[in-house]
Amino acid sequence: MFETLSGKLGTVLDRLRKRGALSEADVGEALREIRVALLEADVALPVVKTFIDGVRPKAIGAQVLKSVTPGQMVIKIVHDHLVEMLGQTVEGIDLNAPAPVAILMVGLQGSGKTTSTAKIAKRLQDRDKKRVLMASLDVARPAAQEQLRILGEQAGVNTLPIVAGQMPVEIAKRAANAARLGGYDVLMLDTAGRLHVDEALMSEVAAVRDATGPHEILLVADALTGQDAVNVAQSFKDRVGVTGIVLTRVDGDGRGGAALSMRAVTGAPIKIMGVGEKLDAIEDFHPDRIANRILGMGDIVSLVEKAAETIEKEEAEAMAAKLAKGQFDFDDLRQQLRQMKKMGGMQGLMGMLPGIGKMKQQMKDANIDESVLNRQEAIINSMTPKERRNPKVIHASRKQRIAKGAGVSVSDVNRLMKQQMQMADMMKRVNKLGQKGFMRSLGGMMPGGPKFN
Amino acid sequence: MTDAPKKGWFGRLKEGLARSASSLTQGVAAIFTKRKLDQAALDELEELLIRADLGVATAAKVVAELRRTRFDKETGPEEIHVALAAVVLPILQPVQKPLAFTAKPHVVLVVGVNGVGKTTTIGKIAHNLTRDGKKVVMAAGDTFRAAAIEQLTIWAQRTGASIVSGKVGADAAGLAFEALQKAREQNADVLLVDTAGRLQNKAHLMDELAKVVRVLKKLDPDAPHSTLLVLDATTGQNAIQQVEVFRSVAQITGLVVTKLDGTARGGVLVAIAEKFGLPVHWIGVGETADDLQPFDAESFARALTGGDEK
Ligand SMILES: Nc1nc2c(ncn2[C@@H]2O[C@H](COP(=O)(O)OP(=O)(O)OP(=O)(O)O)[C@@H](O)[C@H]2O)c(=O)[nH]1
Ligand SMILES: Nc1nc2c(ncn2[C@@H]2O[C@H](COP(=O)(O)OP(=O)(O)OP(=O)(O)O)[C@@H](O)[C@H]2O)c(=O)[nH]1
Ligand SMILES: [Mg+2]
Ligand SMILES: [Mg+2]
Repeated sequence: MFETLSGKLGTVLDRLRKRGALSEADVGEALREIRVALLEADVALPVVKTFIDGVRPKAIGAQVLKSVTPGQMVIKIVHDHLVEMLGQTVEGIDLNAPAPVAILMVGLQGSGKTTSTAKIAKRLQDRDKKRVLMASLDVARPAAQEQLRILGEQAGVNTLPIVAGQMPVEIAKRAANAARLGGYDVLMLDTAGRLHVDEALMSEVAAVRDATGPHEILLVADALTGQDAVNVAQSFKDRVGVTGIVLTRVDGDGRGGAALSMRAVTGAPIKIMGVGEKLDAIEDFHPDRIANRILGMGDIVSLVEKAAETIEKEEAEAMAAKLAKGQFDFDDLRQQLRQMKKMGGMQGLMGMLPGIGKMKQQMKDANIDESVLNRQEAIINSMTPKERRNPKVIHASRKQRIAKGAGVSVSDVNRLMKQQMQMADMMKRVNKLGQKGFMRSLGGMMPGGPKFN
Repeated sequence: MTDAPKKGWFGRLKEGLARSASSLTQGVAAIFTKRKLDQAALDELEELLIRADLGVATAAKVVAELRRTRFDKETGPEEIHVALAAVVLPILQPVQKPLAFTAKPHVVLVVGVNGVGKTTTIGKIAHNLTRDGKKVVMAAGDTFRAAAIEQLTIWAQRTGASIVSGKVGADAAGLAFEALQKAREQNADVLLVDTAGRLQNKAHLMDELAKVVRVLKKLDPDAPHSTLLVLDATTGQNAIQQVEVFRSVAQITGLVVTKLDGTARGGVLVAIAEKFGLPVHWIGVGETADDLQPFDAESFARALTGGDEK
């Protein structure tokens, strides 16, 4: 199937990197491939056009000639432009209004509104020490109000008592009242899913907005959304107004083009990402990180953060130090295999490593699945500590011993060794930019940050 | 749900399109008011297909075929529809297959990623079946999501199906097993097994699904007789991955495409039909029990390009 966007761009940019000087034709070719890659990543066509139109003049001409290497310069330009379009800064939920601050959650059916309502409420309450009341205005979907009530119980957040037979606007008013009388800081209003072309339901949610004067109107959208993202975003913006976007199912292996589409169309910042079904599976949106991920430059920062959550701190530090040095031996590979299993699948972690898009594809082509992870770990377990640290010493007879110990064939061992070598190579490549250089070059892309060259 | 009087899918689609703010929906008619099918026209057509989620590769293939047969010919909107249909229909027609209920109880396992419409689709299928006098049992196999059991219970009440449910957090496979036993005892015609939404890249959740299948087979080696993957029409190219993985884990026998009542066209189905050839049984066109329709390749193909009903 298609490569990931990061894999695809990685390939294009690799080629540029090797070529040296950049001509107008090179830029044209790169941008054609970037166009295709963005479309394959589900970025909506009009947004892709805007993107390409914006990048082209920046890529051709003086700026490119001044750069250290042309490839780096193109990466910088495409990256800058992606960040610019995704939104330069991290914007959280704005509670800067008289209490109770109302937050209205809107979106298509099944996009994740109810779950996100509970996640955000929980975070506002636990982390930001706000008193939060949640109310479901969903009188359409069976057991929708019950769903929010249960989530409230799980999250330890109060929900408005359910009164059967009330209509959304009535419930909204009752909720606003209860929030005021109860001295709540925040009132979160969950609404029924609705199609952006359903005139009656769009009017209804507009009426809810008028009755409650929400300070935030968050459009909840599935990261797996295709080209329709622009239609949805445009209609919700026009009919209801959108102050921010909540992007759900970022834990999927979708390429997330909808993020760019929605952001471009609404002009509203992506404020929150949903990364799982559980109530703590919520993250701030970091445009620069996402742009890096899109570009296949990986995201060392969030990789280390995520790793730290699941593995012991020292392990994380050791790993980070090794990564920083551009090393990657079998101890590291084993640790990664274990983490992958812990994190529920290979995709999550892999997407964060630079250049891994390509490798993921290779692994996929090689038909590697979860049971393979176990087998691979068995192979590594069958090595001596010295072999793990220094794979170079593993020659024919050792391979046979290792294979026997793990109950696999020598070719399985060979395959794993090749994989380790590829990872090590990749680490070295990242490291060529230098971990510090890498960070610095990122810094250089931020306005006011240090310049790189 | 709107209270508007019931119209056919196409009537509603057209209405939806008319209301939509976007120019996407003007479709072929806007581009082709009698003109030569030259490169510029082909490019525009390709973009139209891309915006219907056909994907870059598939859109290019379709357009290449059109270029081969109709390049530089004078072409109006209707001819374009016919020509497009000639390319797309051979791919979609073969997957237009209703679900045949063969066993008793015929076990239907319903799977898919989160929020695509699995539970609602079960409600709709049950409605169809009970209306035809069939005895239907539902299994509340989503033991994870808040109020999933309550949601299915309401659908059972609405449709006159009976329901087997367990506790929140219970083992889904165990529940499916119990439900099949009960369906047999009750001499039911069909057992519809709901499952929790799961992203296909989550290995442990996919393992859990494989277990449901395994455990059902202990009671009946042929069960589940049908395993339906529900796809959301608003999903982009990731739908291909969904089919790929669910198929290998749970031996999908057919597809249902939901939420075609919006402006999303579900064009990725063309690539899916071509690649996997899995039958498409139904489409979902709304939130009520009546909003399930047999998949019709021809109207689907026409709708891809914003075509009108004949
Ligand atoms: N994997 C994953 N699942 C999510 C995420 N957010 C929500 N879900 C799941 O998506 C499904 C739908 O979520 P809901 O919160 O019920 O969606 P909704 O928008 O309220 O749906 P309606 O009210 O029917 O329109 C549920 O199975 C959730 O568990 C996420 O970030 N990741
Ligand atoms: N417009 C429209 N909405 C639909 C359709 N099918 C389902 N829905 C809505 O989509 C939302 C999610 O549907 P569910 O049936 O709960 O989806 P699910 O796949 O069971 O969700 P999880 O169990 O949370 O993974 C609900 O609000 C449904 O009413 C359809 O064909 N058209
Ligand atoms: Mg909801
Ligand atoms: Mg469900």
